[in-house]
Amino acid sequence: MFIRLVYESFRRQKRRKALAGIAITLGVAVATAMIAVATDVGDKISRELRSYGANLLVTPQEDTLDLQIGGVDLKPPSDGAYLNEADLPKIRGTFWHHNIVGFAPMLPVNVDADGKNLTLLGTYFSKKLSFGKDDFATGVRITHPWWKVQGAWPDDNSQDVLVGEGLAARLALQPGDQIQIGGQAHRVSGILSTGGVEDGQIVAPLGLAQQILGRPGAVRRLYVSALTKPEDALARRDPKTMNAELFDRWYCSPYVQSIAYQLQEAIPHSHAEQIRQVAQNEGTVLSRIKGLMLLVTLAALLASALAVSAAMATAIFERRSEVGLMKALGAGNASVAALFFVEAMLLALIGGVIGFAGGALLARQIGRSIFDSRITIDPVLLPVILALAVTVTFAGSALAIRRAVKFDPVYALRGEG
Amino acid sequence: MTATLAARRADSHHTSMFLRMLMRAAILRRERAASALLAMVVAAAATTAMLNLYVDVQAKLRKEFRDYGANVVVVAKDGATLPEDTLSKVNAILAGHGLAVPFAYVVARTSDDQSVVVSGTDFEQVRKLDSWWSVSAWPQGSQDALVGARAAAVVSPLGRPFDLSFQGHAIHLTPAGTLSTGAAEDSRTYLSLTDFEAWTGVQPSTIEIAASGSPEEVDSTILKLAQALPATEVRPVRQIMEGEARVLGKTRATLLASASLIILTAALCVLSTLMGWVLDRRRDFAIMKALGASERLISSFFAAEAGVLGAIGAVVGFVIGIGVAAWIGRANFHAPVVPRFNVLPWVLCGSVVVALISAALPMSLLRRVQPAVILRGE
Repeated sequence: MFIRLVYESFRRQKRRKALAGIAITLGVAVATAMIAVATDVGDKISRELRSYGANLLVTPQEDTLDLQIGGVDLKPPSDGAYLNEADLPKIRGTFWHHNIVGFAPMLPVNVDADGKNLTLLGTYFSKKLSFGKDDFATGVRITHPWWKVQGAWPDDNSQDVLVGEGLAARLALQPGDQIQIGGQAHRVSGILSTGGVEDGQIVAPLGLAQQILGRPGAVRRLYVSALTKPEDALARRDPKTMNAELFDRWYCSPYVQSIAYQLQEAIPHSHAEQIRQVAQNEGTVLSRIKGLMLLVTLAALLASALAVSAAMATAIFERRSEVGLMKALGAGNASVAALFFVEAMLLALIGGVIGFAGGALLARQIGRSIFDSRITIDPVLLPVILALAVTVTFAGSALAIRRAVKFDPVYALRGEG
Repeated sequence: MTATLAARRADSHHTSMFLRMLMRAAILRRERAASALLAMVVAAAATTAMLNLYVDVQAKLRKEFRDYGANVVVVAKDGATLPEDTLSKVNAILAGHGLAVPFAYVVARTSDDQSVVVSGTDFEQVRKLDSWWSVSAWPQGSQDALVGARAAAVVSPLGRPFDLSFQGHAIHLTPAGTLSTGAAEDSRTYLSLTDFEAWTGVQPSTIEIAASGSPEEVDSTILKLAQALPATEVRPVRQIMEGEARVLGKTRATLLASASLIILTAALCVLSTLMGWVLDRRRDFAIMKALGASERLISSFFAAEAGVLGAIGAVVGFVIGIGVAAWIGRANFHAPVVPRFNVLPWVLCGSVVVALISAALPMSLLRRVQPAVILRGE
């Protein structure tokens, strides 16, 4: 009998059920999409923050002091120590290699070009490397996304170079022209604009710089761009003072400090340091945006809960005369309430499942249109969302059901009140 | 009884029947009216808070982004030093909307003949501009130096006072603290600009500027600087400006998407509540119709009711929404979100329109029904 009551209620009151169902579906869809976006936004913004460039700098441990003024290196090239280029792919073997977005080695050398003493910077543009079975490409195009080239990027294995825009203007060079570097002609594949000191320099493949310096495999410093977790108290502690358990936790968290530690492990005789300008501010900006999205998500959850509650309350309020009839026929308060709750649960489950699917689609759309990457939704969320939908629907119905049940059937049937 | 009532009515102001019906409807069904009003208030509050946040978040985040330091640099052409009045000109152009910090550089020799870069700057300003500098103690007095973490090993390994010489002039310095940034600054020693100029006679060659404001404002600042300082090179720090534009754009877009979803949900909440409230009054509707009220009168009655509800809800919701936005601002950015009163007309219009739509939908349903059917309770 009970099942028949529920069934008939759905069959005969299609409009009302549809209205409540739509409210629940939309509410759940909004909640799902917002939860998905909020949980993923940290990761997405973290990637966007990588457009600020490298946040870690690896230098040789035994290096002498840098003598840099306004980006011009005054140190004699014979001075100081070098990293070994052959060690670089080992970065892909570190614990947090998935978090390492890219790296770019740098080797500045002084050259005589077109009769002037200039700095030539050797680096990777988008060099194809492999570590084990892992093939990947890395270089300044990833770590320094604000570098713009008019013309074409040189191939990493070629002898072509880029010329900074300030220098190109002085030497009247166009992409495709030749430049004399140390008595040899090199093709200028493009004009580089960085807004920094590189605008007055020549940027060349690393191999060419090593060849000019006469030191194969030499790298002066290495910029690493890594996705990190905002710093907290544990991150700032000195790993030497930690016990084994704490050290494991520190080592297995993607703090900028622990990634620096692992880079030092991977590259012999190196010293890795966070670039505080980038690394420190990244944490602040990231936590602000995450906090904002969390609060906004709470607001969205609240708004959808209210919408669902309001729809349910309205739906039940409209059915007072039905309650009156049932009660007049001898139904107890409990059985009337049970009927409403079962109906509410059915609505919540159906609306919840459809809403979850809709919300997942919505989140994906948001991810694609804003971040150009997919926001995936964890299927584990489905039971959580369903439970939430049922709870909210129950909470929204409870007051209305209580009042409907308490109402005197005589008045209800007469249509008063 | 009837007489007194009649007398009171005769005395009372001739408030129109229309207004009285509106008032009585709200008082007699206060519970339903209250729940409809609550829905309106919540929706208006959510909308106000989201719009306020959306407008203000840009300014709030920009402030955070200024912690990344200089977004514009002024450098002397070809390694010379800047003309003496450059800093005052820059400060006049900035007019308080930013920070300008001068830097002068030389390569000096330590007592055991090692080269080290020494820089003169304004410590007070650097502290504000480069907040990421990790400094053990800032120099206070004259002849105090801030020594980079890597330079310390060369100039003063034990933290003792040390001597530096430049072109035959010597200076005796006390290391006040060490500086760590992870970049070129670690290999330098910093002095106050007065000490530096007295010792070397070299003027600043670089001014780092953190110009605040939107990209357009920064661009116009750069243009003004370039016009006022023809002897120098003014260039934007693209790394900082592009990163900021990207992150800010994405955050705003995400917030906009969220705001639209929330406002949509809030409107839905209002729609379902108000529809219930009008449907619930179908007996009033039927009685009015049976007593000879015209369709137009009834429609305008319900419309006025919905409109008033929408307007009151919008105003109350606006106040609450401003409060919520201010709280979010305080909790997340440690600075309250400034109330935007130009949002009010939008919220007001939106609320009234949603309320009217919510009333119109059930009205069109009811209009088709005979009053007798409704009065019979079917």
